[in-house]
Amino acid sequence: MIEQNLCLLLVVIPLIAAPVTAMLPAGRSPWLFTLVITWLCFALSIWQLTIVLDGSTISYELGGWAPPWGIEYHIDALNAFVALIVSGIAAITLPYALRTVEKEIQLQETSLFYALFLLCLVGLLGIAQTGDVFNLFVFLEISSLSSYVLIAMGKQRRALTAAYQYLIMGSIGATFLLIGIGLIYAETGTLNMQDLHQRLQPILDHRTVHTGFVFMVVGIALKLALFPLHLWLPNAYKYSPSAISVFLSATATKVAVYIMLRMVFTVFSTSFLKITHTEFIFLILGAFGVIVASMAAIVQHDLKRILAYSSIAQISYMVLGMGFASTLGITATVVHVFNHALMKGALFMAAGAIVYRVGSSRFENIYGIGRQMPWTFAAIFVSGLSLIGIPGTAGFISKWYFMLAALEQQAWLIAFVILLGSLLSVVYMWKIFEALFFHRLACTAPPVTEAPLSMMLPMWTLVLANIYFGINTELTVGVAETAVRLLGVTAYHE
Amino acid sequence: MIDIIIGHYNYWIVILLMMAGFYTVINRGNLIKKIAGLNIFQTSVFLLYISIGYVNEGTTPIIAEGFTRYANPLPHVLILTAIVVGVSTTALGLALVVRIKRAYGTIEEDEIHDKDMSL
Repeated sequence: MIEQNLCLLLVVIPLIAAPVTAMLPAGRSPWLFTLVITWLCFALSIWQLTIVLDGSTISYELGGWAPPWGIEYHIDALNAFVALIVSGIAAITLPYALRTVEKEIQLQETSLFYALFLLCLVGLLGIAQTGDVFNLFVFLEISSLSSYVLIAMGKQRRALTAAYQYLIMGSIGATFLLIGIGLIYAETGTLNMQDLHQRLQPILDHRTVHTGFVFMVVGIALKLALFPLHLWLPNAYKYSPSAISVFLSATATKVAVYIMLRMVFTVFSTSFLKITHTEFIFLILGAFGVIVASMAAIVQHDLKRILAYSSIAQISYMVLGMGFASTLGITATVVHVFNHALMKGALFMAAGAIVYRVGSSRFENIYGIGRQMPWTFAAIFVSGLSLIGIPGTAGFISKWYFMLAALEQQAWLIAFVILLGSLLSVVYMWKIFEALFFHRLACTAPPVTEAPLSMMLPMWTLVLANIYFGINTELTVGVAETAVRLLGVTAYHE
Repeated sequence: MIDIIIGHYNYWIVILLMMAGFYTVINRGNLIKKIAGLNIFQTSVFLLYISIGYVNEGTTPIIAEGFTRYANPLPHVLILTAIVVGVSTTALGLALVVRIKRAYGTIEEDEIHDKDMSL
């Protein structure tokens, strides 16, 4: 009974829980309730992944309407993997959120805060689960609208302008996606992804299809903060409440990467990508994104802003992987989606712990703080190494696959960019290490103590996961390879 | 030629509205005007969907004696959902503008920028 409705339950449970949370009395009860729900979702998504891990698919007809007329949830390894990342990060963020939310959010707003968190989770999980492009748009807007509000709940007034800017850019992106979907629908008369793929193949040279494709790609690129459409991201991550920067940085843009994969490879096809030369655009924008965003990270004077710019650079890596349009390239992208969620989750948690104790993430306020918060600093250090791609960490695995994909196609310039991006990340991570550990204390700063245990445990869980998945790649690479096979991407041939 | 212009007049309106709205979002510094532009931009997409659903000589999609051609109801239903999304976006955007006005005392983008920089 549960197993048959598994993929729907994953969306419906948080959806029903959200209004319930909003009605709970302010305080710790909404937090506890949300915790239970997210852990339940996490368990269900693990279950779902074990079902599809062997390469099989689940097809769920909503309301008993057979596809392509009804909405279908079509789950393969990639869907289940993304759902696992989203619910896993949500489950690990929640214990961390308790203390930061008590400090950053007014007491009477806590129920609403957790309700919105659940709504955002619904949207992201829904995107991962659905097999219908219009349904996907609706879930995208559910997650976006709730994340605008969550960002605006930040303490400083600039959180409001950051949320406003994100709202404008995000809505333009979503509307572009909507135009694209409309044009594709006008050509094919269907919204089901599998059905769209079938019907699009004979008419891939129609101009309407091309126009629709362009609108879709640009719209999704806005949501995934692809260079040069990334302007909303740094402020949104910097000024949002700590728990939200952790959750959004680890999931929101990754889900957008998933949408791009799904649209480009499942709805259209690899051959369409090559006919339209979109892979060159991906390669060029990805390469520029890696370099420009890493350079921008180097000149920042704020811990959270460095991490935000670094996120843009890492997303550009994922776009590079898509640009290779080969088995290895997409495998690298999917693996990096997972690994980047681990490292950025850990880094933003550590940054949030420092903000919790000091009240700021600007360098002049946190000089030398690493000596007073050694465990937090150690977490930044290890996940920083993972971000750079030191062997033995998760980051190394994804960088390794990116290099393999580049070398396979003898794309020397791109291989150089990948290495250069790693070198630049050494520079900006070193800047953080230097400021936090080696710099002398700001003389006016009162001494601080280590972050509370409830924040330390989730942070270190993610840090240890960084090391574990750097050594045992069975889950990440295994799932990625199955997923890529089902996407219909073929190995690169000369 | 005339046929393309007259026969597709609804699409021309869509393009006109789309560009007008998009330009307003990008060009205006007033936060309310930006939201208004976004609204026009989204409305043009609603019109696009409604035009897609039209079938030549089709009537309202309710089964009745003497009618065999019906307009496609699906895009119309889809756009109802998109309208709801658009309304919530507008409401949220305007709510944010109210909060920004309280925090900064202005809703002009460049003045907000100056106030942030002067800190």
